[in-house]
Amino acid sequence: MNKILLGVILGGILGALDGLTAWFTPEVRTMLLRIVIGSMMKGLIAGVLIGVFARKVNSLALGIVFGLGVGLVLAFLVAYLQHGYYFEIMLPGGLVGLIVGYATQKYGSAPRPVDARA
Amino acid sequence: MSWLSDEAISRLKEASSLPDVSGTRYRLIERVGSGGMGAVYLAEDSVLERRVALKILDVPDMLNGAGGVSERLVREAKILAQLEHPGIVPVHDAGTLADGRVFYAMKFVEGKQLDQLVKDMNHPSASGADLLPDRLRIFQRICDAVGFAHARGVLHRDLKPENIMVGPFSEVLVMDWGVAKILGSTPDEFDAEAGQSPGHARTVSPARTAHGTVIGTVGYMSPEQARGEVENLDARADIFSLGAILTFLLGGSEPVPREVAAIAQKAMAPQARGRYSSASDVALDVARYLDGLPVSAYPENVFRKGVRWASRYRVAIVLVLTYLVVRALLILFSQH
Repeated sequence: MNKILLGVILGGILGALDGLTAWFTPEVRTMLLRIVIGSMMKGLIAGVLIGVFARKVNSLALGIVFGLGVGLVLAFLVAYLQHGYYFEIMLPGGLVGLIVGYATQKYGSAPRPVDARA
Repeated sequence: MSWLSDEAISRLKEASSLPDVSGTRYRLIERVGSGGMGAVYLAEDSVLERRVALKILDVPDMLNGAGGVSERLVREAKILAQLEHPGIVPVHDAGTLADGRVFYAMKFVEGKQLDQLVKDMNHPSASGADLLPDRLRIFQRICDAVGFAHARGVLHRDLKPENIMVGPFSEVLVMDWGVAKILGSTPDEFDAEAGQSPGHARTVSPARTAHGTVIGTVGYMSPEQARGEVENLDARADIFSLGAILTFLLGGSEPVPREVAAIAQKAMAPQARGRYSSASDVALDVARYLDGLPVSAYPENVFRKGVRWASRYRVAIVLVLTYLVVRALLILFSQH
């Protein structure tokens, strides 16, 4: 599967799952849908960025570091907007980025070379 | 009193036994072995200043015509010339010596015969280089070369470890195409005589059957070859030999994975229709095994499929599990 598409799908799914865990916090349960959508959007953005990086840079280690970094930065922004829960949001957010970074490098397929005669 | 040392005398004897290649661009260095129909010499090409192997008939061909060994050597050279592939020894030149002996020049392959290499790998003092994947990659290269020959309509008919050279960089060359057959050609005098060639001392004696002549080597030839069904042979005869070579390669590797054993078993099915249809399919199954994918020769149950899938994606599974554990711990702590 194409690296960007893989990043988007994986980021979206993991982001949505990440948002669904808000159900276990009773005080925010009423906002679950908004949290899931927001979290999924965060995952999708992370997936695109990590997928594009994986397409440009073919390195498992750098892919993981970049994924972790993107996940942490996006999670930090979300936590900053919520004025708190930095640890609870950034730790899983960073892990999601790390997983997407690993998966895009490991399982994503590189683009086909362009035929010079075309 | 002797004017010459024993060593000098033995060198002179050796030199006098070498064929006379004057008039050619080659200078013989030493005899390095024998192949189908003749001896193989290490020689130097004086024009290109490189080492080559010369295959020269042991004796001048008295028939010197259709069905003679000269014709067969030329035929072998012509077949090899058609098979330009990294896994098949390339022919550089062919000609006739002053005494009428036919020869051809080919790449001088430095390396070990596969049988010797496997012996070395199996030796207790061998290093970690005897890993199963290394053996399977060598086997894949053999399959690639044989598959290429089949695609060009050529059957080897005598595939065995002794006819495969492995170079210092694990490059693989399939040698000795002396009894090769062009697919679709009718059995000819060549087929009737091939087993009697002097270079095929290891080849089974040419016992005539109701159909033809037995060509191949016991232990590596297909049942249809053993029955002398020359006219019925197709790529699957060589595939049987490939299966036997794979079995040989696995000899010192314990334990043999079930998938790999199944590949060898399928390649060596007694009935040709039970075997792989092409050498490429054998190589593909080996590649799939090496990539952790299921092989066509070994149908798996759900449990085995699950184990293989988990093994293939173990890092991803560990990462996702880590994420889930972290999530669970965060939820747990937030509730307290």
